[in-house]
Amino acid sequence: MLKLDEIQKRLLREVADLHTVPEGAYNIRANSQSAGRQSTANIEIIPKTDVSGLDIRIKPGTKHESVHIPVVMTESGLTEVVYNDFYIGEGADVVIVAGCGIDNCGNQDSQHDGIHRFFVGRGAHIRYVEKHYGSGTGKGKRILNPVTEVYQDEDSAVEMEMVQIKGVDDTTRTTRAELKAGARLVVRERLMTHGEQNAISIYDVQLNGEGASADVVSRSVARDNSYQKFDAKLVGNAACTGHTECDSIIMDQGRILAVPGLEANNVDAALVHEAAIGKIAGDQIIKLMTLGLTEQEAEEQIVNGFLK
Amino acid sequence: MLELKHISFGVNDEGQDKEIIRDVSLTLPDGQLAVVTGPNGGGKSTLARLIAGIEKPASGQILWNGQDITGWGITERARAGIAFAFQQPVRFKGIQVLDLIRLAAGNPLSAAEACRYLARVGLCARDYIDREVNASLSGGELKRIEIATVLARGAALSVFDEPEAGIDLWSFQNLIEVFEQMRADIAGSSILIISHQERILNIADQVIVIRDGQVAEQGPREQVLPGLIGTASAVRECRRISGQDGGN
Repeated sequence: MLKLDEIQKRLLREVADLHTVPEGAYNIRANSQSAGRQSTANIEIIPKTDVSGLDIRIKPGTKHESVHIPVVMTESGLTEVVYNDFYIGEGADVVIVAGCGIDNCGNQDSQHDGIHRFFVGRGAHIRYVEKHYGSGTGKGKRILNPVTEVYQDEDSAVEMEMVQIKGVDDTTRTTRAELKAGARLVVRERLMTHGEQNAISIYDVQLNGEGASADVVSRSVARDNSYQKFDAKLVGNAACTGHTECDSIIMDQGRILAVPGLEANNVDAALVHEAAIGKIAGDQIIKLMTLGLTEQEAEEQIVNGFLK
Repeated sequence: MLELKHISFGVNDEGQDKEIIRDVSLTLPDGQLAVVTGPNGGGKSTLARLIAGIEKPASGQILWNGQDITGWGITERARAGIAFAFQQPVRFKGIQVLDLIRLAAGNPLSAAEACRYLARVGLCARDYIDREVNASLSGGELKRIEIATVLARGAALSVFDEPEAGIDLWSFQNLIEVFEQMRADIAGSSILIISHQERILNIADQVIVIRDGQVAEQGPREQVLPGLIGTASAVRECRRISGQDGGN
């Protein structure tokens, strides 16, 4: 891989499971520069000319291909806003792997705000994986504020996996989606916060067409003095189904606010919200201790399983 | 060998001290299978939890192979070779059956090895190995997985708290075979079962009757069991199914 140092390579492994140059289309962004880019016959990656970012065009009918667009930052004090637009052609079936890793050893804040828009064609199916990771011992904060907008045409399907397990000090994640008839959105969010971290996750899903469905599930763990807010709103504007779930473990002095929001504007909209927040059940710890684990090991296993 | 010497244990129930176990002494030699029976609310489950270290006695001593383990925690006792199967198995979101069996075995067993433990408790392993140990499993399935985790421990002493409770669609004969196989597999290992099931009492070397927190009777099966038949301390399967289940 071109122009990447060891720390950047480590970040890439964390956020995109990349050990070498990925197969298929990719763009690797390191410290606000492109460190490598490749289009394929079916997937074209074109830099934007007006703002920082990319247009990613996936031809109709493209099957079993992937796009990797990871971002790594290792310079302290960098702040960037990046606009990436994905145009997914009718009937395409692709995997998109994004993600951002920040290593901040300095004393200035490093911030990456990725604005991703997805225009998903009729009958297309995408799996979108986005991992966030922070490391480094500096006093500067590692800040990520992703905005994801999804516009789904009829009968399209989007599966999103959002993961932020470690090291990001401050994050506000905003996800907006608009679904036409028969479109399906599935979101699986996993989040763990430590120390003094703050994480806010906001969803606004508009179910506009008959038979549209959304399933937004967040599992999170708040440790130490960290704070999380999960604010998920589903709006049913047609005969549709929607489900959101926030399932959280609090530890130490962690705090979590779950804000359920359901709005039904059609008599055939069926919307459900579930939320549960609590500490690890004592009998779970006891069970694992009877298998020979220490209390701390038991807690780790329970948290790891919960976030798996 | 497990020895309990003058064990007492109480709880504070709405401001009143209530003694659950009163001056209980018993010995479980290596290689023996003992069944602890007695009426519901008599303190049987508490006794099992005291042995596993989940509860601490107010007075008395617990010796394991001659060593005083009264002050030991749950983890230390587990590592010293004491396994415990819960009466009401615990559910975990996200942890899979395979994870739990691996944790129990203390090493990263292959899926095929883990499957063997599930097969022993009558579960079609392929269907279960990747399942989460969560509310999607029935009580009976969880109970069998609980027993499989104890099998995977391969411990010198295995304590089962009402292993038959909730085991639906699976015959007692299978459960009894599990215990017999355990004895054959782990040389010198001993098993302590809390149960008032006559068929389980039938395979005991030693029967201990706990009533009102005290040892009411203790001795070889041939000596103790005949006097229990037909009482609440030795019930037949049909009574259990009709809702005689309980616990303490």
